[in-house]
Amino acid sequence: MPITRRHLLLSGIALGAAANTALPLPALAQAPRRGGVLTIHLGSEQRILNPALRASTGVYVITSKIIEPLVDLGEGGKIVPVLAESWEATPDGKTVTFKLRSGVQWHDGKPFTAADVQYSAMEQWKKHLNYGTTLQLYLDAVETPDPQTAIFRYSRPMPLNLLLRALCDLGYVVPKHVFDGTNVLENPANTAPIGTGPFKFVEYQRGQYVIAERNPNYWRQGFPYLDRIVWRFITDRSAATAALETGQVQISAYNGLPLADIDRLRKDNRFEVSTRGVEGNVFNNTLEFNTRRKELSDKRVRQAIAHAVDVPFFLENFLYGLGKPATGPIPSLSPDFFPNNAVPYPYDKARSEKLLDEAGYKRGAGGIRFSLKIVPIMNGEDVPLLATFIQQSLSQVGIRVEIVQLDIAGALSAVYRDWNFDLATGWHQYRGDPAVSTTVWYRSGSPKGAPWTNQYGWQSDAVDKLIDDAASEVDVAKRRALYAEFVKAVNDELPVWMLTERPFYAATSKRVQNHHTVPRWDSGDMHDTWIQPA
Amino acid sequence: MRILLLALRRLAASLPTLLLILVGLFLLLQLAPGDTVDALVAQMGGGDPAMIEQLRSFYGLDAPVLVQLGRYLLRLVTLDLGFSAIYGKPVADVILERLPVTLLLMATALSFAFAAGMGLGVVAARRVNRWPDSLISTLGLVFYATPSFWFGMMGIVVFAVRLSWLPAGGFEEIGSGNEGLTRVLDIAWHLVLPVATLALTYLATYLRIMRASMLEVMTLDFVRTARAKGLGETAVVLRHVLRNALLPGVTLMGLQAGTMLGGSVVVESVFALPGLGRLAYESVVQRDVNTLLGIVFVSALLVIAINFIVDMLYAKLDPRIVTGS
Repeated sequence: MPITRRHLLLSGIALGAAANTALPLPALAQAPRRGGVLTIHLGSEQRILNPALRASTGVYVITSKIIEPLVDLGEGGKIVPVLAESWEATPDGKTVTFKLRSGVQWHDGKPFTAADVQYSAMEQWKKHLNYGTTLQLYLDAVETPDPQTAIFRYSRPMPLNLLLRALCDLGYVVPKHVFDGTNVLENPANTAPIGTGPFKFVEYQRGQYVIAERNPNYWRQGFPYLDRIVWRFITDRSAATAALETGQVQISAYNGLPLADIDRLRKDNRFEVSTRGVEGNVFNNTLEFNTRRKELSDKRVRQAIAHAVDVPFFLENFLYGLGKPATGPIPSLSPDFFPNNAVPYPYDKARSEKLLDEAGYKRGAGGIRFSLKIVPIMNGEDVPLLATFIQQSLSQVGIRVEIVQLDIAGALSAVYRDWNFDLATGWHQYRGDPAVSTTVWYRSGSPKGAPWTNQYGWQSDAVDKLIDDAASEVDVAKRRALYAEFVKAVNDELPVWMLTERPFYAATSKRVQNHHTVPRWDSGDMHDTWIQPA
Repeated sequence: MRILLLALRRLAASLPTLLLILVGLFLLLQLAPGDTVDALVAQMGGGDPAMIEQLRSFYGLDAPVLVQLGRYLLRLVTLDLGFSAIYGKPVADVILERLPVTLLLMATALSFAFAAGMGLGVVAARRVNRWPDSLISTLGLVFYATPSFWFGMMGIVVFAVRLSWLPAGGFEEIGSGNEGLTRVLDIAWHLVLPVATLALTYLATYLRIMRASMLEVMTLDFVRTARAKGLGETAVVLRHVLRNALLPGVTLMGLQAGTMLGGSVVVESVFALPGLGRLAYESVVQRDVNTLLGIVFVSALLVIAINFIVDMLYAKLDPRIVTGS
């Protein structure tokens, strides 16, 4: 009898069944198995693989296994030590001292020291890293009295909880001896990263894949379990689902699959589809108002527009219920800062019409009050859907909306550089602390052209002051109270309306073990992850 | 030698066209709102203005448009295609990495579509208005009318997800270390679905063209003569009709070679193949002007080359068409 693939498969299943009956099940499920290859889906090509230069989930998903941060998010969102073993701040908040781990080696064999931290902070985080430049604006110097100590000196108080939470994303350390004295943006290590992490970079095939293999000299003894990690670039989302279903990839995180497939795979017992392990990031669907436009300069009109859109209906019918109505710029998934407020503008068509009438925009010919242009900023597949939904909702209260279709580069320059919009809709990402990437949406004085900042021609001195005070408030409780006040103020003024609050979803094959154990797991190091044989 | 001279003359004649295309495209891309730094910032999820300005000057975008164009053309004269913004390395390298995949996909699909389309067209023409003809023509219409991404997705769902016969995507098994024949077979295995998807639509066109021109040629006098001198039906079809009926098909192949470079964007995306089409698409989305112009340059050269070969083929098929004079 010829042995075919099917026979082999069948006998494999039989063997597996025999093993299952012979051994107690929990033992099989628990004992980590060494070896194996984990394949991870990525939806877009990354230009560079250096998290000290580029803060973006696409960069983290790859490089966080190769390059390590000072600290990371542990279970329950607690800050855990990685390259920094301990830290302390002086009471005035102007000096933060990190004690660094000793005996750590770069992948090229050189020792990791405080000089690397100093270099990364001063030359890359402060000068080039997006969001890092803002975070480290008042960082004057990093002192290195000995190879295991890095002292950060700030000219204005830096809240320790803000710094630590931000450093999970903006605190990756790169080797000084590789970058120093070179043109940072052109350094070859930007696409062939060298770090201290559990996996060593092997190969980057443009448009296809990145491979990293086990680092045998990793400082966590006995880790990692996996032999290799492969990241595959699959730009077509439906094709990515097919790759997951056929076992070509085992993980797709950060909503890398179409919403319809996320919904379908939730009921498929070969996969775990959940928000577990991706709760470190939350995003909102936004509606930004260009207040230079006469009608929109009146906050009653902005509030009326918010009242006219039935957000729960949109969530249920367009987003498969994957989210909830937002209460403001600080999401309920951020326990440290959420002010526990209610949804400010529930769907209320009558109230919307009343506000518009009060503002002096009565229905004219054909029931039209005025017309607006909306620019969708295509962060995800739901953005054009929401633009259409807003168009239809507003037509109910007498506002005609025209949708301007642009791709993302075009939309960003139209909205943030040319101010050529009335309404814009996209995503706001909340990154653990309002000071990281949320308050820039409201603070005035952001230069023209900076995307995802206040470019609405709106300004409030009170809000500016709240933002600045909170950013340098060292007392945790006071800081929280300032942000509660900030939420109240911007919810009333509404220069930008946060409609939905949505977690990201990750789809993971059940072959993968020890996965999504911490809040930013897909952007973590995966040192203790292992995989069951297919 | 004569052919070489002819090729050179052709190339020289197409230089102005090439220049026009490149300059036109360059200016067209300036009209598109947003530049490569906007696209990069979109991917990063934000950045501060100082960093953005720094990046603009890094990519040479702070110079006036005409200066940028001048710089580009000057470099092109020395056959330097510039630096790719997305990939951070020379455009020539990026394109060379991708070219083999696209050429393989295109050549296989085109050959398959041409051969199968011709075959089916001949069968349909010989059984005109009987059931084989109706069947083939209907199938052709279905293939022609169905968008190729749908074929691709259905192929994946049926053959990869449901039946597990074929891989769902990719060019080869990653990190398998396959060498020699094993690697060739592995790549062929991965290309079955994409080639079939890409070929089906084109097959329908060849089929219809072939059927029509066969029917036309069969009514001509010399066919009657051939029959009258006692040739069998097969000999008449193969030696006399087919050869003459091939010309429109060959013309079409020359024309389609160009569209196939662009047409494979969809197939390359659906099957995650690292080809030129996807590269071009990404270059547009990321506003990577250098890469896009480089692709256009290489594609234009390819199309010129293919059309040259087609012209040579004409002469072979029909000696009345004389080359070169």
